[in-house]
Amino acid sequence: MGRAVITGMGVLAPGGVGRDAFWKLLAGGQSATRTLTMFDPAPFRSQLAAEVDFDPRAAGLTERETRRMDRAAQFAVVCTREALTDSGLDLSGVDPARVGVSLGSAVGCTISLEEEYRVLSDEGRQWLVDHTYGVPHLYGYMVPSTLATEVAWQAGAEGPVQLVSTGCTSGLDAVGMGARLIEEGSADIVIAGATDAPLSPITYACFDAIKATSVNNDDPEHASRPFDARRDGIVLGEGAAILVLEEESAARARGARIQAELVGYGQRNNAFHMTGLRPDGREMAEAIRVALREARLDPTAVDYINAHGSGTKQNDRHETAAFKDSLGDHARRVPISSIKSMVGHSLGAIGSIELAACVLALEHQVVPPTANLHVPDPECDLDYVPLVARDHRMNVILNVGSGFGGFQTAVLLAAPGAVRP
Amino acid sequence: MNAPVITGMAVVAPTGQSLDQHWSSVLAGRSGIRPIDRFDPASYPVRVAGQVENYVARGTMPSRFVRETDRFTQMGLSAAQAALQDAALDPAELPEYAVAVVTASSSGGTEFGQKEMERLYQHGPSWVSPYQSIAWFYAATSGQISIRHGTKGPAGVLCAEQAGGLDAVALARRLVRDEVKAAIVGGTDASLCPYGLTAQLTSGRLSTVNEPEHAYRPFDASAAGYVPGEGGAMLIVEPAAEAERRGARIHGTVLGHAAGFDPAPWTGRPSALRRTMERALDDAGIGPRDVDVVFADGMAVPADDADEARAIGEVFGGGGVPVTVPKALTGRLHAGGGGLDLVTALLAIRHGCVPHTAATTSVPGSYDLDLVLDEPRPHTVRHAMVLARGHGGFVSAVVLGA
Repeated sequence: MGRAVITGMGVLAPGGVGRDAFWKLLAGGQSATRTLTMFDPAPFRSQLAAEVDFDPRAAGLTERETRRMDRAAQFAVVCTREALTDSGLDLSGVDPARVGVSLGSAVGCTISLEEEYRVLSDEGRQWLVDHTYGVPHLYGYMVPSTLATEVAWQAGAEGPVQLVSTGCTSGLDAVGMGARLIEEGSADIVIAGATDAPLSPITYACFDAIKATSVNNDDPEHASRPFDARRDGIVLGEGAAILVLEEESAARARGARIQAELVGYGQRNNAFHMTGLRPDGREMAEAIRVALREARLDPTAVDYINAHGSGTKQNDRHETAAFKDSLGDHARRVPISSIKSMVGHSLGAIGSIELAACVLALEHQVVPPTANLHVPDPECDLDYVPLVARDHRMNVILNVGSGFGGFQTAVLLAAPGAVRP
Repeated sequence: MNAPVITGMAVVAPTGQSLDQHWSSVLAGRSGIRPIDRFDPASYPVRVAGQVENYVARGTMPSRFVRETDRFTQMGLSAAQAALQDAALDPAELPEYAVAVVTASSSGGTEFGQKEMERLYQHGPSWVSPYQSIAWFYAATSGQISIRHGTKGPAGVLCAEQAGGLDAVALARRLVRDEVKAAIVGGTDASLCPYGLTAQLTSGRLSTVNEPEHAYRPFDASAAGYVPGEGGAMLIVEPAAEAERRGARIHGTVLGHAAGFDPAPWTGRPSALRRTMERALDDAGIGPRDVDVVFADGMAVPADDADEARAIGEVFGGGGVPVTVPKALTGRLHAGGGGLDLVTALLAIRHGCVPHTAATTSVPGSYDLDLVLDEPRPHTVRHAMVLARGHGGFVSAVVLGA
């Protein structure tokens, strides 16, 4: 059975375009959250966002590509280019049928779907929307699989191509399932990652309606406060990250720089509530155990946990319990942090953005902090690395996610050669 | 290794809401394509669609599931429950994490989403339903099925438009091989609201023929595009040993699968169809001569039909295998289409009968295709191949065994 390794990375996150800017933000404990600028936030309860300052033309997309692609597709394609360049892969010598795509997205082309709806319905006045003004790409916006199509075209992939949409765990599941394509022999190279660009009025209305987002509108830079006793919800974000996965022996044979190995993947569902979490963290703990079992690792092997840390009370307590349940005493010793404190919560994309952060954490041997964590929640009594990044020896990183729909996912990354021969 | 088996199946389709009803419609060539009645279609160039007549969610499931969901998820919930019943499987009797759910979704809760966007723009954010976020996103059906049936194993959601339903079954097969004792798998779609139809119109592949019986004619010389439909199917996949242990009735086996992707249109490279079919056969460990019927994708767009006919000819030889497109009776169900075709193929295996492509009368000779026309063809089916192509380039093939 093949094994999947990461040989390239492209990331587009709030706070700066590209891998270096991303790491600088994280290592500095800086928050990229701010008052929403993409549209007038006045009608909304939560007026905060972690936005990507993105100019598609400056990022290398043509006018045609910019017009055709939803913002989420633009993110994914730009990241794909960066990741392929970073990998040093020469795809011209590769059989396209052996190249696959596994892309995650929770909400697809929301911005374009909503914009087109406003025009065709005359701002909601017409239930029988006017089809004569439908833009040619509208069906492409309605089916989120178009995001994977754009990435496949970019990479010239003709093997298995999939769009994984498991809500807010999409970015972890897409990479975990991308690795499976390599392990089972369906592909030699998989472009894996996730993208979401959900910052639009309907998204804000959705999250307002369930009061899941922060209303700390007067202090936007410090609004995303996972594990802090004063946290009051999610700060919505956007972005993408793409990883190039290759079969290990092929990657070694071409002399690729292996940045990390994917050694474990577990997924479970809580079968409890579409948005609610039980405080015991039982199913997330099970997902972590499944990932450890696959990696043949003891809980004590985990050197750092990149937490879901969305900044809601129920999440923070849920996953704190899950870490204690699955790792036992080791949960009290292992550093844990949430980068959502800095880059917000980009729904389906964040899992892949977090995996990119984990690869960089391995490379630099530095744990990014949980920004804005000043007042610990007594119910969350683990080491969440508040405010300041920490030098730390790491071989194995656990990344977990939790999503609407009850999805609970755990992915284990390891430094090259650290845990398997 | 014994191939995973299918022990349960159920449909919510324009051709019927039970297996018997569906199969008798298919044999009789009774079309579920009718004038659109969920809204007034007079202002649209497409006025017919495959609709599930008299589908009622209320009263058939706990009411909160009805309130929280779009029609596509309601249909998924109905089909999942019926499939579990058909399999005589109660997830509660299996270990806590032993049951997986995998659904395909093509466009999410389109109708629910249109209603809520209307509220947002006509009345303001505070009018938007607290269920909008969980009703219109693509993962809604997998999440709700997990809750309703208490399944805590892996839950997957794949989007590949019409190809997604077959990919979902392939994922379920992998989960069954790797870790779970059963998977509830399939897909549904219900995008027959004004915005959903308008979006589909922009694909340029919809038929604007508005006589229901002539609108969607796969591989016909007069093919002029497809008709959209709603509904889908769900199946139960189990390890062969597990099905045997509990004495389950076996509808068929999931022998092989492959997925491929068409190159970008401007490259001029050939489609992935031929290669994907060949890889699915390899995966199943059988040759083209072992296949007794191909359930084709049948887009009914002449260029796509020609491409598919050519690929089938290259793999099976010209006229070398009976080919059929029963979806001519339902329209294309997008995420629901792959599952429904699998169910129809399993019924063909059971009854030793290949259904015909009812709407098609005249196949161009250049296609060199043995399309089953006019009436069902009695024919022993040991192996069936089901093909699907999803908007944007997705290609998927599943090989079923008796």
